Amino acid sequence: MAAEQGKVDPMHQFTIEPLVRWEVAGYDLSFTNSAMWMLVTTLVVALFVAGGLKRQLVPGRWQMAVEVFTGFIDDMLEANIGKEGRKYVPYVFSLFMFILFANLLGLLPLGVVGLHPFTFTSHFTVTGVLALISFSIVLIVGFWKHGFHFFSLFVPHGTPAPMIPIIFLIELFSFLIRPFSLALRLFVAMMAGHVLLKVLSGFVINGANAGIGIGALVSIPSFALMIAISALEILVAGIQAYVFALLTSLYINDAEHLH
Amino acid sequence: MEAEAAKLVGAGLAAIGAGMAAIGVGNVFGSFLESALRNPGAADGQQGRLFIGFAAAELLGLLAFVVAMILIFVA
Repeated sequence: MAAEQGKVDPMHQFTIEPLVRWEVAGYDLSFTNSAMWMLVTTLVVALFVAGGLKRQLVPGRWQMAVEVFTGFIDDMLEANIGKEGRKYVPYVFSLFMFILFANLLGLLPLGVVGLHPFTFTSHFTVTGVLALISFSIVLIVGFWKHGFHFFSLFVPHGTPAPMIPIIFLIELFSFLIRPFSLALRLFVAMMAGHVLLKVLSGFVINGANAGIGIGALVSIPSFALMIAISALEILVAGIQAYVFALLTSLYINDAEHLH
Repeated sequence: MEAEAAKLVGAGLAAIGAGMAAIGVGNVFGSFLESALRNPGAADGQQGRLFIGFAAAELLGLLAFVVAMILIFVA
């Protein structure tokens, strides 16, 4: 990690290391740190939701916390899709909670005790699969409900006849690019924040190593900035999870209602 | 110019895109706040659209970051 000149390598935190090696017919199926943190995230989300399933008439604090999240997703789907949106609550809720908890767990300062959290949402493979699930749901629901009429999504009402081929191509392209933009946004937002934190930590360490004068001049402002950026990262973790769920619900709305 | 130097200069130039996205995101929230203060009653209903605009503006800035990363680590 600490390469030459005591530099902190900002990309080291994204390396995937196998914890349990396992190869099947030449394919590497090792249990990696990425997989472990996915498992941890799933467990934490399951525990959090299970704590709120007591169904008391007067909810306690924990049940209230869970109900805030379910109610939030429920309202979002109701506002964007309408009453047909209710049946997507389980999917969008799981998606939102999984991404939110993954982002937040990846920010935990557990490195102090030697346990390095791994933010798996900073990998395009992971966010890409999540985006593909959302996109598949859109395609399946769209073709299931409307059949080939689904293609009218690409030709808005009242398009002049000569414009139809061009508009069709543009709309088709913008439709097909959705899973990429969805996955890219989450992955880059998480990665950029973590790289920024590591670069600042490099400033703090190198400044402190260079002596007390430079240390006070460089390390202390950098450290203050790190704290502020960490607060911003918590905000970004929430916003990105929200945006992912929001855009998924908007895409599902297209599939449910066409235009 | 050497290829290695050109890559680093290109990655630095990609940071302009991040700054432009900052203008865009500021514009989205600024315009929202400006109009939300004129008509606070309608503001809550438009939060979804606010975040759609934010997401679109932000994505273009993140693309600049991706360009920089590709130039440094991949190309």
